[in-house]
Amino acid sequence: MREVLVLVDHVDGAVSKPTTELLTIARRLGEPAAVFIGSAEDADDTALKTLKTFGAEKIYTVEDADFRQFLVAPKAEVLAQLVQQVSPVAVLVASGAEGKEIAGRLAIKTGSGLITDAVDVQGDGDSAVTTQSVFAGSYTVRAKVTTGTSIITVKPNAATPEQAEGAGAQQAVQVEISEGAKGARITASEPRRSSGRPDLSEAAIVVAGGRGTGGKFESIEEFADALGGAVGASRAVVDAGWYPHSYQIGQTGKTVSPQLYIAAGISGAIQHRAGMQTSKTIVAINKDEEAPLFELVDFGVVGDLHSVLPAATEEVNKRKG
Amino acid sequence: MNIVVCVKYVPDATADRHFESDSTVDREGVDGLLSELDEYPVEQALRIKEQQDDEVQVTVLTVGPDDASDAIRKALQMGADKGVHVSDEAIAGSDSIGTSLVLAEAIKKLEHDLVMCGMASTDGSMGVLPAMLAERLGLPALTLASEVEYDAGRVRIRRDGDTATQTVEGTTPVLVSVTDQSGEARYPSFKGIMAAKKKPVETWTLSDIGVSEDQVGLSTAWSQVMATEPRPPRTQGEVVADEDGSGATKLADFLASRKFI
Repeated sequence: MREVLVLVDHVDGAVSKPTTELLTIARRLGEPAAVFIGSAEDADDTALKTLKTFGAEKIYTVEDADFRQFLVAPKAEVLAQLVQQVSPVAVLVASGAEGKEIAGRLAIKTGSGLITDAVDVQGDGDSAVTTQSVFAGSYTVRAKVTTGTSIITVKPNAATPEQAEGAGAQQAVQVEISEGAKGARITASEPRRSSGRPDLSEAAIVVAGGRGTGGKFESIEEFADALGGAVGASRAVVDAGWYPHSYQIGQTGKTVSPQLYIAAGISGAIQHRAGMQTSKTIVAINKDEEAPLFELVDFGVVGDLHSVLPAATEEVNKRKG
Repeated sequence: MNIVVCVKYVPDATADRHFESDSTVDREGVDGLLSELDEYPVEQALRIKEQQDDEVQVTVLTVGPDDASDAIRKALQMGADKGVHVSDEAIAGSDSIGTSLVLAEAIKKLEHDLVMCGMASTDGSMGVLPAMLAERLGLPALTLASEVEYDAGRVRIRRDGDTATQTVEGTTPVLVSVTDQSGEARYPSFKGIMAAKKKPVETWTLSDIGVSEDQVGLSTAWSQVMATEPRPPRTQGEVVADEDGSGATKLADFLASRKFI
């Protein structure tokens, strides 16, 4: 069976949930082979075991000491060299900002077609058929790559991670990184402080606040915590400086597709809808009964979020007992 | 110094966007405009121009049908110096692979110390074009900049990633893509609108940039759309008014009924 390369997304060795989703998807297409780029300390037993548990038959490890300080381009060279060596049926990369850049470069390097932001990938004979959600979620597109290796970036929550013990045969790979790939040097890096809440892109429940919060996010955060969800914000909130940009949902922020999306004080412009329209269940709370977002909701409350949310938080905590 | 800004003419996101029978985006039946996200690199290019003592020439480059010249005109009104419009029927239906080839070959014909792009388009929104262009041009890429500083051939950006905020540096020639956090784009002034009328816009065909017809277009795309379907509209559920604090209880009831509590 031909290999399916999965680029492992990790922070200091902690393998991300989307990577386990990619491994699950890879099994539909061929033999999952994880590509772990990082230091020897990062590729520790815990990291390797996670990859194995979710079905990696092979794990290629690539020491990045020589190129860690350069942005994106070296990682695309690593993958291009592996593609040449093993002729995989597909390369799967998580759909983050970096993942998409890596995939774009890889497509050019290997003369391959590229599909981004797949929300589903299925095997069909020799090819991988993807499903994408486009035009602010108003259309569904099915597509496949027809030239070269299928290079696909996959959105978080595109599959439920399923465990399936793989052989996990580890193989260290030596790569030559060209000087040309070393033109964008990272001279400083400040890790983002963790909020202690689930990651926004991956969360099952998201509670988001908009202009209607007036900048007061306590009730949003407390309701999110009662439900075990992540906190998000509309662009208006971020532009006003009320909440950091990394929490922005919408066309120019994150696209989320959780089981439950609760929008408080968000009217629902098309750019915002683009970031949340594929959520399974949508709830809105807004003083304005004409808010366009109410057209999309499974449940809505016309009222002041500053009184509804604290009362609802209390109610949820009571029922959780 | 020469800056080339790549911009895209896109269907208005607030209009009813749809596909043609060949699964390409309908670009004619819907009003178009300069992609909002491409106003930001134009703005950054103009700020660099204003800060330099040396002369800086800002060229706006677009690929697209006749109407795409509207996108160039808007950028000229904002203050860019000249426009290049690559227009050729054979380009229609190109994917990002084909489009990046056309842009790269056009850029090679232009003097360029800095190539600037937006973070993504507002229609296809793949967000891969800057990386593809850098790859084709062999340029270092400083991508997703929320701040751009230029000083004597050195470029430094701030990049707000998912797990860290990074400072990234490179030297010209270099490609920079900027986000919507990089600084609000200016509105064209009346003077700018008048001045734009006299600014030069060149129209190039594929043969002008040495690209052959069989390298671009729908039939040579490296990926293929098999089907497009409108998503079924969501049906509106129950909307209640919060009277005497009943909204919170009803909300909790709903969440419990869907097993979220």
